[in-house]
Amino acid sequence: MNDAVIAPETAAAVAGLAGAAAPNDARKIGEVILDVKNISLRFGGVKALTDISFNVREHEIRAIIGPNGAGKSSMLNCINGVYTPSEGSITFRGRTFSHMNSRQVAEMGVARTFQNLALFKGMSVLDNIMSGRNLKIRSNIFQQALRIGPAEREEIAHREFVEHIIDFLEIQAHRKTPVGQLPYGLQKRVDLGRALAMEPQVLLLDEPMAGMNVEEKQDMSRFILDVNDEFGTTIVLIEHDMGVVMDISDRVVVLDYGKKIGDGTPDEVRNNEDVIRAYLGAGH
Amino acid sequence: MTATFPQLLQQHARQRPQAPALREKEFGIWQTWSWQRALDDTRHMALGLASLGFGAGQNLAVVGDNRPLLYLMFVSVQSLGGVPVPMYQDAVAAEMAFVLRETEAHFAFAEDQEQVDKLLELRAGEGDAAVPGLAHIIYDDPRGLRNYRDAGLISVQDLMALGRQFEQQHPDYFEQQIARVKPGDTAIILYTSGTTSRPKGVCQTHQAYIAAAEGGVAVDKLSGADNVLSYLPPAWAGDFLFSVAQWLVAGFTINCPESAETVAIDMREIGPTYYFAPPRVFEGMLTSVSIRMEDAAPIKQWMHRKFMEVARRVGADVLVGKPVALGDRLSYGLGNLLVYGPLKNAMGLSRIRVAYTAGAAIGPDLFRFFRSIGVNLKQLYGQTETCAYVCLQKDGQVKLDTVGQAAPGVELKIADGGEVLVRSHSLLTEYYKRPEATAEVLDAEGFFHTGDAGVIDADGHLRIIDRAKDVGRLTGGAMFAPNYIENKLKFFPQIKEAVCFGDGRDRVCAFLNIDFDAVGNWAERKGLPYAGYVDLAGKPDVLTMMQECVEKVNAELAGEEGMQDTQIARFLVLHKELDPDDDELTRTRKVRRGFVAEKYAVLIDALYAGRAEQFIETAVKFEDGRAGAVSATLRMLDAKRFAAVRKAA
Repeated sequence: MNDAVIAPETAAAVAGLAGAAAPNDARKIGEVILDVKNISLRFGGVKALTDISFNVREHEIRAIIGPNGAGKSSMLNCINGVYTPSEGSITFRGRTFSHMNSRQVAEMGVARTFQNLALFKGMSVLDNIMSGRNLKIRSNIFQQALRIGPAEREEIAHREFVEHIIDFLEIQAHRKTPVGQLPYGLQKRVDLGRALAMEPQVLLLDEPMAGMNVEEKQDMSRFILDVNDEFGTTIVLIEHDMGVVMDISDRVVVLDYGKKIGDGTPDEVRNNEDVIRAYLGAGH
Repeated sequence: MTATFPQLLQQHARQRPQAPALREKEFGIWQTWSWQRALDDTRHMALGLASLGFGAGQNLAVVGDNRPLLYLMFVSVQSLGGVPVPMYQDAVAAEMAFVLRETEAHFAFAEDQEQVDKLLELRAGEGDAAVPGLAHIIYDDPRGLRNYRDAGLISVQDLMALGRQFEQQHPDYFEQQIARVKPGDTAIILYTSGTTSRPKGVCQTHQAYIAAAEGGVAVDKLSGADNVLSYLPPAWAGDFLFSVAQWLVAGFTINCPESAETVAIDMREIGPTYYFAPPRVFEGMLTSVSIRMEDAAPIKQWMHRKFMEVARRVGADVLVGKPVALGDRLSYGLGNLLVYGPLKNAMGLSRIRVAYTAGAAIGPDLFRFFRSIGVNLKQLYGQTETCAYVCLQKDGQVKLDTVGQAAPGVELKIADGGEVLVRSHSLLTEYYKRPEATAEVLDAEGFFHTGDAGVIDADGHLRIIDRAKDVGRLTGGAMFAPNYIENKLKFFPQIKEAVCFGDGRDRVCAFLNIDFDAVGNWAERKGLPYAGYVDLAGKPDVLTMMQECVEKVNAELAGEEGMQDTQIARFLVLHKELDPDDDELTRTRKVRRGFVAEKYAVLIDALYAGRAEQFIETAVKFEDGRAGAVSATLRMLDAKRFAAVRKAA
């Protein structure tokens, strides 16, 4: 039996989470980590995306914005491996793919949250976040069921990791509560927690603040910034609330009718004529 | 023999180094500090402070929730002959600035980013609010602070590392410094919220607090085997008594909850044997039990009803060991198995030996409920100026309407005007830098003037009626004790706060605050839709319910000698909750009567003028510091008054 069931990177990650990681440079924006080139996506006759290219640098917060139906979620689904683009390629950490499935993407270190929560409503907060550790678990189902030595040790290590996430997201009071009983804002936080449990290098957030009140939005913004800051996680997010986007992102891509109409820092995008037209109408 | 707090800590570490001193729940697990580790951490923090230049005669401000290192920081500071000054964690910037400036604190200990931000803001501030002297800020929780580069900001872990370095050059420094601290030195400065004026710093010595702690420990036979949940604000005199003074005197274990929201869960896990809570916490427990009972299966509801009847009849007698008929004893035993036991377990009260409440009057139904299910709930009485130690109820001598007899070593006297005077070893030495204020409360004979009006009954029990300065007269001549009436109102779970007016007027009028949880729940149950606090507070159905409560109080007052004339004539339900952030309440949630009267003068005039409604707009401060306004047109209602009931002679 393999004794080294606890992935060494797990132990390191726990230590990192606990000891507030390496100082200073976690937040320094680095090289291009994700490069999207000439992506087009068609559903039969409908063109959802046309020739989209942009890149994401390591440790940055990258926003994708656009009016309803602009193709934001489709774009995310392409990166995520849920949709296979009709044309174009995605390069992640130097490896180029024309198509891949979502499990492969997850194994490469890309995690996501969902616009319409996809949590296990009847399970506790703890178990939901624990489910995010799925890919990291080495022992098999029989070892786990019988709680044989290494399986138990492994579970303890994973639980420790999950507890750090619970502490980080300040949901200790709800650890044992079934997710379905929590208010919406907290469910969103659990969704984020589950994605974090994968120790992602890139985190895709699909409208993390949809349907929230001002206070919940402020909390969520703070958590996103903290994730980026404390763990150095690269974040790609889709958001409707322009105020939030402009406040927290480093660079913004703007889509409209499946085409890219703007790309740059929040200030550049704010002054981009095409963007203003798309949002405010041609008469502006 | 009197000692100092650092000496007591040394003693525990010597006698039982491995016994648990503190616990804190973190990452889902209770982490334990043994007495040895507690002393080591205290030493290293103290030496770290010393290496930064902190020493005797200096003050160190402390702000944060209950954390082991925060409590140990108190002792570290005391070891060096310095004085810790805890501040309320929800205090607004101006209040903190006042304390920091008056105590000339160059050092502060903050729990987390939120508090560090406040302190940094004060340090950088301008004009009146500035505290430029704050050179060193030590923080416990590093979350979010990694990229702060402000001068003098240091984590407590780094502070301890400095302490270890310092220790190598000065191995005996810590012990030498402790030996120089005298029992008569100031151990802590606790700021009182002050219902009327700016806060005053109460200076208490080691021997004063240790005497108070020893008295309590002796009366309730506390020992190293006891467990306490430390969840009340560390800036409050009561928490310093329970979580520091009695902890070090008795050597029990204090347990710090994971966060403010998890207190109820942590309480269940720890099962404290000794517990302290203001009445509102007990009220919250009872409310949550009642709400959950209403949602329970019919059979459970039936059992609950049946056995609570038994408990009401004989529970209190069973608790104090009075003789009870065999049949009742059997039903109570069965009830304990089926209802009281599980209830106590759900509230985390299974192992309670002694529970205290103080700070405000407790409702009769509430008090009886806990005692009847076997929780030894008692009352005590004290102030910050008396180390929260004047009277306490001894086992077997618990009366509902008194706060008990004078505690060991305390001398009680009632002044001519009815004010309660206290003399003991546990009195303040002075208000910090305020000799004139000190002279007002400490007289030549050494009595402290509490400012409370009270009477001592035939058994030597003290009964508090009201604040002495609040007691007034109606124009008709009847005595008007506003707190007395307000407490009766607040005993209804639907009423969160009440303010009565009547001094120098012909009748009594009242402001009420609904309890948003209780009334909100009631509205949901009735299918009554509401949009928020303001809307709910103005609903006709809610007003009718409030009217019924007021009339019940009037009926009670009608039956009490001397109180018949102070029945409430008119009242209104306020559109906003009275809030410490708006200066309407003190941080310990006592009404600032004068301030409220001034702020809502329009409403009072309208009440006395007999108007049916009045428009009002009020400025409010939100929790994040932004300001806004709420407005509403409030309805004013008349309450039925009752003819005086004369008891048959």
